[in-house]
Amino acid sequence: MIKLPPVNWLSLLPAIIPAFTGILVLCWDLGMKNEERHRLAWLGILGLAITAVVSFCLLGRNEPAFNGSYTLDSYAMFFNLIFCLAGILTFLMSIQYLHTSDIHAGEYYALILFAIVGMVVMAAATDLVNIFLGLETMSIAVYVLAGIWRQRLQSNEAALKYFLLGAFASGFLLYGIALLYGATGSIQLGKIAMHVNEHGASTILLIGVAMLIVGFGFKVAAAPFHVWTPDVYEGAPTTITAFMAVGVKAAAFAAFARVFLHTLGGIHGQWEGILWVLAVLTMTVGNITALVQNNVKRMLAYSSIAHAGYLLVAMVAGKELGGAALMYYLVAYGLMNLGAFGVIIAVGRRGEPNEEFADFAGLGFRYPLLALAMTVFMLSLTGIPPLVGFVGKFYIFSAAVKAGYLWLAVIGVLNSVISAYYYIRVIVSMYMHEGDKVPEKLSARPALAVAILIAAVGTIWLGVFPSASMALSRLSFLALG
Amino acid sequence: MDLLTFFMLAVPLVLFAAVVILHPSPVYSAMSLVVVMSFLALYFFFLDAHMLGWFQIIVYAGSIMVLFLFVIMLLNLQNDPQEHQQPSLRTASRIGGAVLIAELVFLFSRSSSSEKAAAELPEGFGTVVALSEKLFTDFLIPFEITSILLLIAAVGAVVLAKR
Repeated sequence: MIKLPPVNWLSLLPAIIPAFTGILVLCWDLGMKNEERHRLAWLGILGLAITAVVSFCLLGRNEPAFNGSYTLDSYAMFFNLIFCLAGILTFLMSIQYLHTSDIHAGEYYALILFAIVGMVVMAAATDLVNIFLGLETMSIAVYVLAGIWRQRLQSNEAALKYFLLGAFASGFLLYGIALLYGATGSIQLGKIAMHVNEHGASTILLIGVAMLIVGFGFKVAAAPFHVWTPDVYEGAPTTITAFMAVGVKAAAFAAFARVFLHTLGGIHGQWEGILWVLAVLTMTVGNITALVQNNVKRMLAYSSIAHAGYLLVAMVAGKELGGAALMYYLVAYGLMNLGAFGVIIAVGRRGEPNEEFADFAGLGFRYPLLALAMTVFMLSLTGIPPLVGFVGKFYIFSAAVKAGYLWLAVIGVLNSVISAYYYIRVIVSMYMHEGDKVPEKLSARPALAVAILIAAVGTIWLGVFPSASMALSRLSFLALG
Repeated sequence: MDLLTFFMLAVPLVLFAAVVILHPSPVYSAMSLVVVMSFLALYFFFLDAHMLGWFQIIVYAGSIMVLFLFVIMLLNLQNDPQEHQQPSLRTASRIGGAVLIAELVFLFSRSSSSEKAAAELPEGFGTVVALSEKLFTDFLIPFEITSILLLIAAVGAVVLAKR
């Protein structure tokens, strides 16, 4: 008879609730008529809301679980809030989107919930095996989601590309984990940190670290591991693109920052150079390529690459300021990006996605509120005060300057200036161009409107009153110890 | 494992491995590969790695072989016509094989010169009991996450494959 170890149920709760909700969604879906399936979304939102409340209540706790391979700390709980936000907004945007597509609702909602389980595990894992399993749980669910609109060829292409390249990147990550285990004799982050602080870095360890950078760099879409991003973001259903751009990126950064800023913090000098180059490359490639795009969805894909670059700047800066700025920026990026994708979904109709810049022409006259929301998101993505994007960039670049990376901050600011061109191009085409065709009226989509409203209010609110959420992200980052 | 058992397993294993690469029909090659996998599994059993032996049979001789056979069936592969082979590919594979053999000879000659006593294995090593004990204690969380992962794989396969 095997004696089970003591189980810290509290630490597992944020993963169990979405998993259980997902299974419930799958079962409920069985005996349901097609027009009732929107109820599944509300069940999912309920589950995610409970997860968010639980995570919020657990903020401030700091207890290791399962012999140090899993943890319940404010850092993980803070990221859980981001995942739940991304999940809830995605669900709200999906309800009417699924009516205009041929996607089967039951599996769609369940897979989003399971992907969130993987994200929660990634944020809370303090063991390389758990990080890897969390990453795979999230990734495999998202591979399927990218290809879930099977009747669309681009969706199939997106799923296949994402899957093949993703499997390759997971191989790198796993090899890195194996080398780290070989070099330090443990897969637990705490023990690896002790070993690294005592003995410094051996060559094997550094090769392992480089492999980890490749693996995580792929998931956060950092250049030069970004080539999949535009095709996958453009081909996947728009709701899933929003979910990928925010949720997957946040989860990958959660594990990335925990491993690098905390566990490998002792050899910061050994990897900061690589990340410095990656950050500059990612920002520049993302922004320059975004300039020439004619498809707004594809433009946002490149913009998400550029934003991964800004987040890498925060990783390079490191320490308390950089870490807190990273977490704050992920919230900011999540809100404004989900909102922007929400507007793209709102402009699309059955059979015609309307994702080109030309399709936004004249939107400011036909749908002033929708255009106003898009304006807020675009200005925020550019980083114009008093919106949340400005505050986030300000924290990141000031953290970089304070940590002594003046040039990195300068390159980052220059990149933000470049990005203004393509973000403002959307605004210009909405307000200053007349559409040459008069499209049919958009049908009312209340849930989508609510999602866009939440994102817009969040973007403005956190931009005007940033101090509380910044204090929260700082406290959460300090919980890493 | 004594020398007699070793050779009783080794000789047919190498013979069937040779059939895998020499036989012109892909189906014969695949079936010989099944035999090779089974002999490897027997080795694991004799080395007290029972669980590994079963994995070898279930994963390799079972599912991966089925995959091979499916590919052979779908591509409708016939006997391998010699003229289709590119000469450069042949040279490359010969060089690769030679390098591998040289490497193995080098490694084995080195390890026999500085022979160390094999480390004593802990009680019950490699058995199902020892493995399951690990799974339900030290690796309880990975075990449970894997269950969700498999559920996703099943749901995903149904979603992508159904009509």
